[in-house]
Amino acid sequence: MTAIANNAFRSFLSMLGIIIGVAAVIIMMAIGQGSKQSIRAEISKMGTNIINIRPGARQRGGVRLDPSAMQTLKVEDYEAIVNNKKYVTYVSPEVTASGQCIFGANNTSTTMYGESLEYLDIKQWELKDGDCFTDDDIRKGAKVCVIGQTIVEELFSNTNPVGKNIRFKSIPFKVIGVLKEKGENSWGMDQDNVIVAPYTTVMKRLNAQTYFSSITCSAITEEMTDNAIDELTAVLRENHKIREGADDDFSINSQAEMMDTMSSTMDTITVILVVAAAFSLLVAGIGIMNIMLVSVTERTKEIGLRMSVGARGIDISNQFLIESIMISLTGGILGILLGWLLTLAANAIGLPASIPAWSILVSFAVCTVIGVGFGYFPAKKAASLDPIEAIRYE
Amino acid sequence: MNNGQEKKVVIELQDVRRDFKVGDEVVHALRGVSFKIYEGEFVTIMGTSGSGKSTLLNQLGCLDTPTKGEYYLDGVAVRTMSKSQRAKLRNRKIGFVFQNYNLLAKTTAVDNVALPLMYNSKYNARERREAAIEALKAVGLGDRLEHKSNQMSGGQMQRVAIARALVNDPAVILADEATGNLDTRTSFEMLVLFQKLHKEGRTIIFVTHNPDIAKYSSRNIMLRDGKIREDVVNTNIQSAADALAALPVNQDD
Ligand SMILES: Nc1ncnc2c1ncn2[C@@H]1O[C@H](COP(=O)(O)OP(=O)(O)O)[C@@H](O)[C@H]1O
Ligand SMILES: [Mg+2]
Repeated sequence: MTAIANNAFRSFLSMLGIIIGVAAVIIMMAIGQGSKQSIRAEISKMGTNIINIRPGARQRGGVRLDPSAMQTLKVEDYEAIVNNKKYVTYVSPEVTASGQCIFGANNTSTTMYGESLEYLDIKQWELKDGDCFTDDDIRKGAKVCVIGQTIVEELFSNTNPVGKNIRFKSIPFKVIGVLKEKGENSWGMDQDNVIVAPYTTVMKRLNAQTYFSSITCSAITEEMTDNAIDELTAVLRENHKIREGADDDFSINSQAEMMDTMSSTMDTITVILVVAAAFSLLVAGIGIMNIMLVSVTERTKEIGLRMSVGARGIDISNQFLIESIMISLTGGILGILLGWLLTLAANAIGLPASIPAWSILVSFAVCTVIGVGFGYFPAKKAASLDPIEAIRYE
Repeated sequence: MNNGQEKKVVIELQDVRRDFKVGDEVVHALRGVSFKIYEGEFVTIMGTSGSGKSTLLNQLGCLDTPTKGEYYLDGVAVRTMSKSQRAKLRNRKIGFVFQNYNLLAKTTAVDNVALPLMYNSKYNARERREAAIEALKAVGLGDRLEHKSNQMSGGQMQRVAIARALVNDPAVILADEATGNLDTRTSFEMLVLFQKLHKEGRTIIFVTHNPDIAKYSSRNIMLRDGKIREDVVNTNIQSAADALAALPVNQDD
């Protein structure tokens, strides 16, 4: 131990590899963990137990066909789902149209979502002002809409838009409600730049189409998502008269599945980063071995002396093993501190990062293993010295 | 020591041989050495360079084992012992004093002296320190306990080394050219110290090529070509203290 202190600078240099390696592992794990948490939070903010049905078969790895070119989701499908639902609470078909929206002298480009009444429940969107459209509006294809906060700002400045008429793609719509502000989602999409209208209106009056671009549902609970997917699959297969063994002509994705995919993608990325960082620990271990070998050579005379006054081989090898464990553990502790500071810095610049408790334990364990593993050979070498030769060494 | 028969035998060599293989040749460093050393003897071992002194000392110090023959230290047969058994034997029964002191660098006198006790689990930290302080007092360094090795003169360093050789109360003290690096005055001071230890009943074996030192010991063994040429008891032991007093003052300090 005195040897470490006597060679403080050199010991520090050999620790540096461990410090940097451990800090890198810690910060990588922290960023991995933090991003996972924030993505999960983000996804669950998108709504409750959402299940998305799209036209066209799901393609694995291959090129996905343009969904709008596929016209397999029809009004009959929507009705069949609503009539047979057991594990599904809310259902909303979706038809979208993008274009210019005008009020007075102001205009903005936006997307109009044709939906059912239940869309707001699925997405957990709330109204700030006015009302949502009614069943009656849907039946009649009424030209009414609910608008997001960005539209309010772009078209109405500070005046109340409820009751006003806007024009979307030259067709007049009456604003009957305003959505609460939701801000950007984590991939930077403005969630307030939306207009929600009855799907019948968008289908017939804007797009003149007979199919949906998707159907959004919500399962009763997250656990029932799989049952809900089975239920929806069965209903649609029957409706589309798909024979047993043939492929679906639609695809169903769930929020839960998306979360799992995201999580496992994040896990994979984290593992890759951590493994890369861990390689630097391997290099650091070799550095420690190097410094320990130098130390053994330099202290050959001391080893010879210790042996002549009664140190056994095991006493000598323990001395060097303890030394290399001390170096790597001290390096590990400093590395954890550095990793922690880096995590704080990452948080300060807005990166989500949180150190998982177990990564600290793992760091300690890894450092001990490095200390023993890379100290073993130098310690063995020291222990096998011949005391007669060693004490004469100059 | 003519009454050796009544004394306890500390060291017994029986026809000890040591061969070294150098390439295809065999070097016979010791060619059958036999002697007994009794408790309380101060033996000098002398001989020219290459006569086998170091090889013999390594045998006596249990650092090496004979190719042939037997060595009994304090009644224990050394030849058949394992490495770690010999390490333990050195720890309990032998005190080494080296020509170049071999102190731990940047380490206090007390810690240097306590080193052998680090490898004896019977001692705890407090006992180690106490024993080290006692040994340092015995060599006249009671006032230099916390001095570091690099803050001391050669004579002081050798005293620390002697204290280290005493600390485990060994059966025999083995000194290898212990005055070889010291000036005349300091050499005599060391001899005074060795004579004091001898008077206190210690068994000392002192390897040297300096024939003058034999005058101050109780017995002298001469080696040549790995054999004992002469083994004589000194009936007229000189006092190193007198010799030191007779030295001209400030001669080479
Ligand atoms: N490890 C060794 N390997 C080979 N030869 C050795 C070894 N040690 C000593 N010798 C030889 O043994 C002889 C005695 O050497 P040594 O005991 O060192 O004599 P001294 O100490 O009296 O000078 C010499 O010829 C020396 O070369
Ligand atoms: Mg020699």
